[in-house]
Order: sequence, then C-alpha cells, then structure tokens
Amino acid sequence: MKFLKHIRIGLSVIFFLPIFLFFIDFAGKLPLQFHKLLTIQWIPALLSLNVLIIGILLLLSILFGRIYCSTICPLGVMQDILTWKSRFFRAKKKKIRYDYTAPKNILRYSILALTLIVFIFGSSFLVIILDPYSIFGRITSQLFRPLAIWGNNALAYVLSAKGIYTFYKVEQVAFVPFAFIVSILFLGLITQMSWFKGRSYCNTICPVGTSLGLLSKISIFHISISESKCTRCGSCEKQCKSQCIDSENMKVDDSRCVSCFNCISACKKGGVSYKYRYKKEQVQQVQPEINNSRRTFLLSSGAAIASIAFANTNKILGKNDPILSRRPVMPPGATNIEHFNAHCTGCQLCVTKCPMQVLKPAAFQYGITGIMQPHLSFSTHIFCTYECTICTTVCPTGALQPLVMEQKKLTQIGTAQFRRDKCVVFTKEEDCGACSEHCPTQAVHMIPYKKGLTIPEVTEDLCVGCGACESICPVRPYQAIYVEGSTKQGIARKPTEAKKFNKKINDFGF
Amino acid sequence: MKRRDFFKSAAIVGIASFFKTNALGSVLSGKEMSVHSQPDLVAVMGGEPAVMLGRALKELGGIGHFVKKGQKVVIKPNIGWDKSPQLAANTNPELVGALVKLCKGAGASEVIVFDHSCQDWKKCYTNSGIEKAVLAAGGKMVPANDESYYREVELPRGVNMKSAKIHKAILDCDVWFNVPVLKHHGGAKNTISMKNLMGIVWDRSYFHGHDLHQCIADAATFHKKPALNIVDAYRIMKSNGPQGKSESDVVKLKSLLVSPDYVAVDTAAMKLFAQVQPTDLKDVRYIELAEKNRVGTQHLENLNVKRIKL
Repeated sequence: MKFLKHIRIGLSVIFFLPIFLFFIDFAGKLPLQFHKLLTIQWIPALLSLNVLIIGILLLLSILFGRIYCSTICPLGVMQDILTWKSRFFRAKKKKIRYDYTAPKNILRYSILALTLIVFIFGSSFLVIILDPYSIFGRITSQLFRPLAIWGNNALAYVLSAKGIYTFYKVEQVAFVPFAFIVSILFLGLITQMSWFKGRSYCNTICPVGTSLGLLSKISIFHISISESKCTRCGSCEKQCKSQCIDSENMKVDDSRCVSCFNCISACKKGGVSYKYRYKKEQVQQVQPEINNSRRTFLLSSGAAIASIAFANTNKILGKNDPILSRRPVMPPGATNIEHFNAHCTGCQLCVTKCPMQVLKPAAFQYGITGIMQPHLSFSTHIFCTYECTICTTVCPTGALQPLVMEQKKLTQIGTAQFRRDKCVVFTKEEDCGACSEHCPTQAVHMIPYKKGLTIPEVTEDLCVGCGACESICPVRPYQAIYVEGSTKQGIARKPTEAKKFNKKINDFGF
Repeated sequence: MKRRDFFKSAAIVGIASFFKTNALGSVLSGKEMSVHSQPDLVAVMGGEPAVMLGRALKELGGIGHFVKKGQKVVIKPNIGWDKSPQLAANTNPELVGALVKLCKGAGASEVIVFDHSCQDWKKCYTNSGIEKAVLAAGGKMVPANDESYYREVELPRGVNMKSAKIHKAILDCDVWFNVPVLKHHGGAKNTISMKNLMGIVWDRSYFHGHDLHQCIADAATFHKKPALNIVDAYRIMKSNGPQGKSESDVVKLKSLLVSPDYVAVDTAAMKLFAQVQPTDLKDVRYIELAEKNRVGTQHLENLNVKRIKL
C-alpha cells in the first residue's frame, strides 16, 4: 500500500503548482481558465454555492477522509513543502520526529463555531482571516510574487541595457503595509507551526480542517493499525505530521488524520493500512465533543463579536478633505457592499490578475471586518480599464459576480466628482483636459470656459467610476477630480454616439 | 535631408536663421547636394496606407534616402489606446508594418517600435494590431512602461519645459520616424505629429500641469528631430478624441501627409481635418507656439507642397 503516499504527493503537486504559478504569474502568460482550479477549494465553493463542487468535495471526504487537506488545499501542501525543506536548516540532518499529542478540542471547535456564528451574522471576517486557501493566496501574492517580480526586473534591467527586451520591467503592486504585515504574520505563524508541530495549524485553527475532521471520523476508508502485526515500534507515530497516531494504544485519531499515508510507508511490518471502516469491527463511538453550556457560551460570545464586527463594516475613516473621506470603490461585479463584504475572502486572486494593478488589498477602508478585501486605489496611470472583465471572471467565491463585457462597460463602481476650484483651468487659466481625454464614456467632457479655454463637466449618469480621470489629473496630492465609490453598483446610461460624417472629402483643404 | 531643407527654405524664403539650429543636428550622412524640386511636404489621397506611403516616399527620394545600411531605426506611432484599428484611436497598423518593411528593406539593422501608452501597454500593443504588423515585418516592439527606459535630455529652447526624460530607444537610434494618426483631442484640440511626442516622454502629467500647448511646442524643440513625420489620415477621429466612443467618430479620408517639418505637417493636417470638423487653427495653440519656438512654419504657401491623388 506504499503507493498511496506517492499518489498523494503526485496529486498534491498537480493541484499545487498551477495554483501557485497562477498567483505568481505577473506577465499574464497563463490562461485565465486556470481560475477554475480555485473554484474547487472548499470556502470559495461554499461561498459561491457551487453545488456540484460541494457535492464532489463532500463525497471525497466521506470516502477518503481529509484528502482535501493533503492534496487540494494549497496551504496544506505549502506546509508540507516547508516542512520538507526545513531539513536544510535543521542541525545535522536530524530527522523530524513527531509525537502523539492529544487533540485541542476546545480550541478547534470554538474557532469553528465562532467562524460559523460570525458568518451567519453577515460578516465573513473570520472566514477571511482563517480560510486556508485565502491565507495561501495572501502569502503568495504579498510575499512570493513581489520576489518573483524583483527577479524579473533585475533581469530586465541587465538585459535592456544590452538592447534585449525579452524581459520587461513589471510594476510592483504598490506596497500595502497592512496587507504585507498580515501576510508576514501568517507565514510566520504557519511556518513555525509546521516546522515544530506538523499540521497543527490544520488541526487546531483551520475551520475547514476542523469541519472535515468531523466528516473523516465516519469516512468509509481510514487508517487503521493491525493489532496482530503491530510491534509498537512507534515508526508510524514519528512520521505522523498530524500527531494523531497513538502507537502505544494502536489508535489513530481520524478527525486529525489528513490521509497523507506517511505512516503506511513508515511501517516496516505492514501493520498500518488504509481500510474500509465498516467491515465487521465495531464502529468507534463518537463522543459528543461539545457540551451544552459551552455551546451557549460560544453562541453568546460569538454573537457579541459578530455584532461588533458587523457594526464596523460600514465605518469609514473620516477626514476632512473629501478625497480622503470617500467611500471605498469596490471592484466591478461586487453588486453591493453587503454582498461583497460577506462573500469576499480576500484571497488576492483578483488583485494579482488585475492588469492595471488598480486593485489593492484594503486596510480598514471597509472597516475592520473587511481587511484584505480588494478595493480600487487610483494613482498615476492606474485606473480600471474600460474593456476588461478579468476580476469578475476569476473571482472564485462569487463575491464578484461574472460580468460580460457589455455589462461591465455600464457598471457604475463609482461616480466622478469634479472640484472646479482645484482644476488647473480654473486656477491657472490654462488648457488641460487630461481627465476628459482619458474618460472612456465622455461622462467627463469639456465645455467652453473663458478665453477660448474649456473646462471639464461631469454627466453623472454616464460615469462608470473607472477613475481614469482621477489617475491622470495633474493636480496633486488631491486631484481636482476623483471617484466616490458606490455602495450599490448601478447601471450607467449608454453613451450616445457621435453624428456620423457621410460627406465625401475630395480635397486636401490646403 | 534636413540640410537640403535648410538650403531650400533659405533659398526660397530667405530666412537663413529659420532652420539653422535644427539642421545642424544629426543629419550629416546625406552627401548629395541636389537642390531642386525636393518637396517639403507630400500629401497623398485615395490609396491604401502602404501604397500611399510608397508613393510619398518616392517623391522624397525613396526610403534609402533616410535609412542607410546597418542603421538602427525607431518608429514612433500612436499606440496610446486599447482600441481596434477600425476606431482610429491608434496609427494604422498597415502603415506601420509597411514602414518597418521598407526600413528593413533599406538595410536597417534593427527597427524598433514603441509608444508610451495611456492604457495597459500590452493590450494597446496587441489590440491596436501594431504589434502583429511590426513583428510580421521583422521589427521589434519595445516596452515604454517604466522610467528606467528613459534618459533626461535638456530642452534649452523650451519655454515651460526645459528638460524631459526621453525614451532611450530614440536617443540611441540613428534615425527615427514620427508616425501619428490625425485625431480630435479633448485637451489639445487635435493630436497630430507634435502631440505624438508626448509618447516619447516619460512624465506626461508635467505637460498637463504646465500649459499643455506650450509643453507640446517645447517637446518639439527636442534636438533629435524625426527624419519624417508621417501623418496617418487613412481613418481619422473627428470627435470624442483621443479615445473615441464608436465608429461614428471615424471618417475614412484615405490620406497621408509626410513632411520633416512638424509645424507644416500639423498645419496641413488641420486644414484637412477642418473640412470634416470645422476647427479654428488658432485654437490648436501649440502649432503657433511651436512656430514661435522656431521648429517649423505654418506658411504652406512658402513651401514646396506636392499633392497627389491616386
């Protein structure tokens, strides 16, 4: 049965590599279709109510236990890779040895219950923070991706000096300190846990792991130790990264087993096997883990936290200058702020795929509960390009509803606000028109001012809030035209076409 | 070529100082001194882009007159926008492709094409059709999306803009062609050859913040002038420029204007444009300001203009 471990490793590579590369891919070389791989992750599937995927994942878990954790979950595989690579840093090839530990039931079930309660109360705060796929997305996009871009840019710099332009310089997504710190903290936490405690993140903190643990207790196949063959040598226990094999008592805690099959390979006597659970032997009684008083306590405390979290959702940092106190601009397809905040897990996929790099992880723009959710941050030459639907296409959780091109071009993610008294046409009496020049719908257009000059005017119902005007306005630091985000994304009026010119021109005119 | 211009204008107009400063620049390779009947501006109407280009160049002595064997050539079209060729927001890809092919045919060691696009540059390069046409003709597309591709250059004759960061492909080449498209423009009123220079400069927002028209006229004082300005008026954008909304903004004029003189070619283009969309030449202020900067002349009547209808 030792082949099982090899299959597990093969599968995890097949799932992990494309996802990892898709997040890293800063040059847009990989087809967007790769995003389909992300819809098979548990939390995205649940949030987007993808019945088919949920069904398949459930079936897999009921059949084989937590194989999601050891093959499909990118954070799980990343931990395996970290542990595997950690031996380079360990003293003198010292082998990693694990010992059985008791499950941390109170902690893991409390976290699961809290996450659920907070979610039911309408905030995906804990889901955002704890979903393993999204954590992986944040770590990769905030930490590994910038490293890859640096490498590329160094290469581009060296080669372009020699006239070779095969590599071109790629803009680093502007540094968002908050997102960086959150990602660093999680990478640190997870690295630390996986180096010293194997899969202890998955078995104590991860709500997905804990839920799947409940299923794997009754999974059709499970790891079992043959009492007749076992010599209690403990090799399996030392190899168990979930620390769930109690070799003394020849027991395996199925709720924490991630079906990595290392134990099978470790046992020289063939005493550990992957078996049909309901053959003949008694089904182990599942003890109720949560008693009632604990449940009530959790419910009330969870509710309290949830209501605080919810109240904060719409809170915005207030400052006096209107450009600082504006509402955040949500990506297209977010429909409304309640839907968006509840469904987005802040996995950063749209942020990494945005060709204009206008999407940035939020710090507190959506309140404390919306950290890491994407918002549009306009800066010079950085705005939401008119003919692009990438973020709405790749979103795996349904936080951004897919939009076809014609819908996207009419989706009002915000509206431009013109501050005439700051405009250079007003202050310096000089022609500019940069905002109108960049406006794809001509919602911002130039009207006659004085001395043959023209000054911008905004027709709000034409404006889609792309921010091209704000990005190019020369007035700094606070532009004379800026976009106020919509809390509910409306539909803009279709721009009217110009009058066609049908006369024939036969002369040069000079 | 430019020296010839100088001799001609000197002979005809009699203002010796007019072009002197520019003419001293890069062009010392053309040794022939034939003075007669070299047109200052060629206008062609009624053909396909490649045909009109070939015809215009023939009038000007052929491509070999501008591109010598082994030279590094740069072509600077307008690739500002993520729009398809039918919308006339960018230079016609067939024209750019044909020019690349001619340069390669004349023995150019390398033909580089770039623009500092206003939108996602990779999409602009692709959807304008220019990347495909250039690669098919044996040219090379080069990025312009990062400040590291630019070098600071003094513009001593500039009024508001005394220096600018210019793309090093232009600075390092032997000869370059400015290949704009004729369009309406919300800010500058119209965009033709001089406005196209904003795409060789890194900091575009400086223009908008320091009197757009004056800065465009200042950019035209850049010492390394293009061998030719080739204005694409096959399809022009008559309204809602520079991006346009739909094909209703586009008028097919099937024309091409070629001249080494920025001011002359922009003046001629405006007169062509005004037949479609009446525009007062005075409102396109940078043309007059550029004349004041002594980079060319608005007085077409004083030039040898060749008009060709196919």
